[in-house]
Amino acid sequence: MDERFFNEMYLEEQVRPAYAGLTDWLASTPPEQLTQKRAEAETIFRRIGITFAVYGDDDASERLIPFDMMPRVFTDTEWRRLERGVKQRARALNAFLWDIYHRREIIRAGKLPGDLVYRNEAFEPSVIGISPARNVYSHVVGVDLVRTGPDEFFVLEDNCRTPSGVSYMLENREIMMRLFPDLFRTNRILPVDDYPRALRRTLGSVAPAKCDGPPVIAVLTPGIFNSAYYEHSFLADQMGVELVEGQDLFVDGDFVFMRTTRGPQKVDVIYRRIDDAFIDPLCFRADSLLGIPGLMNVYRSGGVQICSAPGAGVADDKAIYTYVPDMIRFYLGEEPILKNVPTWRCSEASDLAHVLDNLKDLVVKEVHGSGGYGMLVGPASTQKEIEDYALRIKADPGDFIAQPTLALSTSPTFVEQGLAPRHVDLRPYCLVGEQVHLTPGGLTRVAMREGSLVVNSSQGGGVKDTWVVAG
Amino acid sequence: MLSRTAENLYWTARYMERADTTARLLEIGYRMQLMPTADGGYGSEWGSVIAASGTAELFASKYGELAEHNVISFMVFDEANPSSIRSCLTAARNNARAVRTALTTEVWEALNHAYLEFNDLERTPRSQLSLPQICDWTKRQSAVVRGCFSNTQLEDEGFRFFSLGYTVERADNTARLLDVKYYVLLPTIDMVGGGVDNYQWTMLLRALSAHRSYHWTYGGDYTPRNIAHFLILNRAFPRSLIYCVTEAEKELCELAHIHGHRCEATSVAASLLGELAEADISEVVEEGLHEFLSRFVASNAQLGHEIARSYLFGKL
Repeated sequence: MDERFFNEMYLEEQVRPAYAGLTDWLASTPPEQLTQKRAEAETIFRRIGITFAVYGDDDASERLIPFDMMPRVFTDTEWRRLERGVKQRARALNAFLWDIYHRREIIRAGKLPGDLVYRNEAFEPSVIGISPARNVYSHVVGVDLVRTGPDEFFVLEDNCRTPSGVSYMLENREIMMRLFPDLFRTNRILPVDDYPRALRRTLGSVAPAKCDGPPVIAVLTPGIFNSAYYEHSFLADQMGVELVEGQDLFVDGDFVFMRTTRGPQKVDVIYRRIDDAFIDPLCFRADSLLGIPGLMNVYRSGGVQICSAPGAGVADDKAIYTYVPDMIRFYLGEEPILKNVPTWRCSEASDLAHVLDNLKDLVVKEVHGSGGYGMLVGPASTQKEIEDYALRIKADPGDFIAQPTLALSTSPTFVEQGLAPRHVDLRPYCLVGEQVHLTPGGLTRVAMREGSLVVNSSQGGGVKDTWVVAG
Repeated sequence: MLSRTAENLYWTARYMERADTTARLLEIGYRMQLMPTADGGYGSEWGSVIAASGTAELFASKYGELAEHNVISFMVFDEANPSSIRSCLTAARNNARAVRTALTTEVWEALNHAYLEFNDLERTPRSQLSLPQICDWTKRQSAVVRGCFSNTQLEDEGFRFFSLGYTVERADNTARLLDVKYYVLLPTIDMVGGGVDNYQWTMLLRALSAHRSYHWTYGGDYTPRNIAHFLILNRAFPRSLIYCVTEAEKELCELAHIHGHRCEATSVAASLLGELAEADISEVVEEGLHEFLSRFVASNAQLGHEIARSYLFGKL
């Protein structure tokens, strides 16, 4: 066993408390049965059509994300601490967003350089001074976490726009309950299936003031060719609301309506799964066919709530990320419960020099990138790859940040040879509306290749069910 | 229900039915050319087949010569022809894919299967494919989709729009199929009659899977009057014009119940139905079958427009 990495199940030969309930199950289940269950799981996934589109890969335009049957487990003590940390972060990020579109206290106090905000592509001047319902900008905050020790958790990044993957959290649980009902009888696993209801409640709680009556909610998707379309339709279905495309909506006067067979119906809250740039061709990209002309005017005059609010993306930028601990202190007057990964900003000369000297030990990311595309993992790269990447950094240092390669924890995972440790991360989904809510679970992503630290599904990562076990 | 969802369901049904019709049209053309003509050659119905599908200009500009292999390329495989079997199956699947959650797994799988299997068919060398084989395959796919639909689909609002798509499309198709025969070969009523003609009428009935039903209804004799009556005014024959319009009107009334108000499309369907119900076949034949059919195709298209307008189809 590789001792550089924290193994979540075993401490030497001892099984840690979180995984105690799984040892009997593993011992008593013959391998053939597991193989058979695995085939069963794959059939179910294919049949319900949970596939994942990978951009830039024509052959595999629809493929399955590998699902690992071995769950990833937290005790509820561990979870409570994570929960407090994630909620704290979600509150601070929303306070920050309200601030930078209003009084900009944090910039005036000299805690954060104004350029990082004003020159940020995701900063949206058209919503300065506009207050969304309950002053909430980011209604679903996905916080990506990694673990390096029993009590060591680091936040890798925040996702304040439209974090995806929550359908996997729900479907993975569904499949596990179908395949191994006994496990759920013998372990007290906190349920996750209230997430769609909680999301609906959150969205309903931020209906605009002009809405008199039960708020009409709709999920706005770019359409069937989007990689997360399955999730969009799944959530709409589970919440019992309409799944709409831009062409289904239109603006008339002060409100937004959807075209229905009964005539136009007013929409109060739009849970959009589409970027700012595409929501309104009159305000943003004129060439966008996905958006609704005039939507931003309705939003600005309080006729509709857009979730996440336009302009929320500035808070999850990788350059802003480094200031989140300061935000927590500044807005909440609390000490951060979850740590940031130490980060070098290549925009700063001293940091840049350090990064260029140590590329082979670092992970370098594009400030605006996502999904593991276009990043450099120093220890896993060839000399040539490192040199090529160095040229890119020098060309535009402000576009990059660097972090040490973390000793990501491992969780036992079924591979061809049996159970073996593989690196994992975690994305819980925090809902922010009238209340701040965190479902006890999340999406655990696992790097299926031995030794790999990249868990992104676009790079061959898999997923696991994530358990919080009641004490 | 979102208008787009209704629209997608409606067009899924229309395109499946259209694929079926294209196959039936091709079957007529194929059988006709096996028939010897008086001048020692063989008949050719390809021109009228193309004319009936409403794509004559496109065909002329792209292929020119009315040879069987050209017609097959155009009507079966050509993506540029919106009525080709390939185009219809693709369009049906794309429409269905956009509203997968509104369809049962069975219906979706049947549509998806047809689409995927056509891709295999397309990769098969043409020398190994016979036209009757392609036609039979297409009709079977369309039957499977329709069967899955009526066996598994919840009879809700979406069901009504899906069914409406079938009936509107089928009425159009029967009128066009009938017009092929009359328009091209029998411009005047005096020329009706004679052995060759009977054979061609039989072809038409066969293509509509109505050969035996005709006999059950009218006995053994083929008369243009009876055949026209059968295809236009027989209330029991599921492809007759009156049958399709009755069904369309019924679906629209169901929608009116669901929505709590009647819309313009319901009235258009009712008046079209009224016209057909009062029609007398002798008068239709006297007026000129072609004129009658042209008028019907236009009224039916008008019904389609009215449905789209009433339920907010398309971009505003």
